Amino acid sequence: MTQLPVPLENYLILAGILFVLGVVGVIVRRNAIIILMSVELMLNASNLLLLVFARIYNDIGGQAMVFFVLTVAAAEAAVGLAILVSVYRRKGSINVDGLNVLKG
Amino acid sequence: MLDLVWTIPLWPLLGFLLNGFFGRRWGKSTTDFVACATVFISFVLSVAAFFALLGFPGRQFQVMPFEWIGVQGFSAAFGFLFDPLSAVMALVVSGVSFLIHVYSTGYMSHDPDQPRYFAFLNLFVFFMLTLVLAGNFLLLYVGWEGVGLCSYLLIGFWFRRPSAAKAGMKAFIVNRIGDFGFAIAIFLIFKHFGTVNYLEVFQRAPVVAATLGGTMTAIGLLLFLGATGKSAQIPLYVWLPDAMEGPTPVSALIHAATMVTAGVYMVARCSTLFALAPAALMTVAIIGAATALFAATMALVQNDIKKVLAYSTISQLGYMFLALGVGAFASGIFHLMTHAFFKALLFLGAGSVIHAMHDEQDLRKMGGLKNQMPTTYWTFLVAALAIAGVPPLAGFVSKDEILWKSFSSPIGHWLLWAVGALTALLTAFYMFRLVFLAFHGEPRYAHDVHPHESPRSIALPLTILGVLSIVGGWIGWPTALGGGAWFEQFLAPVFAHANETLGLEAEQASHALEYGLMVLSVVLALAGIAWAYRWYVKSPAAAESVKARFPGIYKLLANKYWVDEAYDAVIIRPFVSLCTAVYRYFDLGIVDGAANGLASAAQSTAAEGVKLSTGRFRWGIVTFMLGCVIAVGWAIWVFTQGKMG
Repeated sequence: MTQLPVPLENYLILAGILFVLGVVGVIVRRNAIIILMSVELMLNASNLLLLVFARIYNDIGGQAMVFFVLTVAAAEAAVGLAILVSVYRRKGSINVDGLNVLKG
Repeated sequence: MLDLVWTIPLWPLLGFLLNGFFGRRWGKSTTDFVACATVFISFVLSVAAFFALLGFPGRQFQVMPFEWIGVQGFSAAFGFLFDPLSAVMALVVSGVSFLIHVYSTGYMSHDPDQPRYFAFLNLFVFFMLTLVLAGNFLLLYVGWEGVGLCSYLLIGFWFRRPSAAKAGMKAFIVNRIGDFGFAIAIFLIFKHFGTVNYLEVFQRAPVVAATLGGTMTAIGLLLFLGATGKSAQIPLYVWLPDAMEGPTPVSALIHAATMVTAGVYMVARCSTLFALAPAALMTVAIIGAATALFAATMALVQNDIKKVLAYSTISQLGYMFLALGVGAFASGIFHLMTHAFFKALLFLGAGSVIHAMHDEQDLRKMGGLKNQMPTTYWTFLVAALAIAGVPPLAGFVSKDEILWKSFSSPIGHWLLWAVGALTALLTAFYMFRLVFLAFHGEPRYAHDVHPHESPRSIALPLTILGVLSIVGGWIGWPTALGGGAWFEQFLAPVFAHANETLGLEAEQASHALEYGLMVLSVVLALAGIAWAYRWYVKSPAAAESVKARFPGIYKLLANKYWVDEAYDAVIIRPFVSLCTAVYRYFDLGIVDGAANGLASAAQSTAAEGVKLSTGRFRWGIVTFMLGCVIAVGWAIWVFTQGKMG
């Protein structure tokens, strides 16, 4: 196990806080762009964990996976923003509370 | 040749299939030909088999062309038995059927459903021949049920008429009640004898009967119950008068000459068993005699020509059972044969009259037809004389034999004879009432009705049957009058076991008594005819005045003793309400309730579940998150169970 500059728990707590912030942001916020940003935050929290454990166990696979996650996150953000633009054109607002047509 | 007897029933079956599938396409002439030809072939084969049997040692031939059921502990083949009894039955059935088929070509020529008629008629002959040629109880039952089915199909032939449809159902249902008893009897036979093959059962009968006691009587009574259903005896006779809804040739064939005789045949076939169950045999005799008298009383007041003949059939069948019940098995079968001739002739003659009168069946609207329809009249008269028991016609020989045997047999009784004799008087009376009302006197029908003689296809069978009604009895001419009693001798081996058990060896009784009773029967017959002549030809007012003087009795007879109404009130209505109750409680309540309940449970569950999909965005996110938590948590839990649990 490679030593880290700071004890492991610090990284875990940081990642946890970041993740929770992201979750709370997704649930609570009404602005679609903020929701997308919170999703990115969740993804980066996981990336942090991946990198930390990759460093500790000297496993390059973790770092490779981060590359994948970043790429996918970028693509997903692009698609999400495209949908958001469509919604804005339709409704004139990006308040997610207005998206309630799929009832029943 | 005898090993081909099993092919005899197959020809009419072929006719059924051909006419059933192609009849509509072929047209009337081909249908007529196919139907009649197949039955004729069966008749020719029956004749050939009969002659082959005469030369066959032992005069008993069994052939089992195919295995049918072969399981552990039970086997039954499509087995056929050909002995004198089968031979007589096969000849009567195929012969009379053939004549009636020919008659039908004329009678049903204007009916649009003619192919269906001939298909069913052929199917009937198939089943009836199977019934009489069967060699075991199971195949007998197949034929038994089959003729019941065909009876239903043919009674309800004009099914668009509600009364005909109802009559068909009534016949079938009442029959089924008897069949239920018959089926139980077969089960009991199999249980105690281990087989359903006739020869094996009859061979084991004495030994088994000794150990059985009461069960043997039960078997006898249950078999007889089946016979009462099929052969219209008390208590299951009620379907036969209604069965007159069917076309008249059907009434002639099925409800006079053949199907209704199946019960008589069955009891005769099981003579060995009945002989070992004296109580059952006595029941047969008593019910036979009672039915004979009972039905004859009802025939006295009927105004429909076919209804008179229907009650007459019930009455004559009673005579046959009376004969069987006193141990005179051959006499019962003899009367079966002669009755087939003259009763078929009576029905066919009635059909000829109905045809000529443009479907009028009410006797009160006929009269004076003997001049317009000579052939019909003379053959009808011959048949009436035969059934009345006037010598030397066929009916006299067979009926007189029954009366004599019911008096003289060791298990007979003078009271049975008395009932039979009284019935004979009534028979002569009501038959000639019919003759005089229909054919004599002044015409009582409308002026635009012009009855004329029927075509040859109708007249020829009448003539042939007329001849048979005259000479048919001569093969059983009693020894007391110098005859050879060949019929009885021919059938003797079939009933040997029964005769031995019942102690009915060769008659040694003095012929004087026999002559005396014979003369008495003839006197009664002539008296009945004279009585009818007085009331319906010379002074019709006499009949009317008697009717006015005894209105109660007249109402009782005209309403058939209200038996149908009694059955309706006591049996049918309670049963129907029971069925309705079961229907409501069980079928609607439980079964439908379960099915509908499941459906509505699914529906309400779904309705609740639908509330989850609100369509709101943030609710969707929340449920998504919750789901993730649950899924991951479960995965971790499972994972840790394996590693550290």
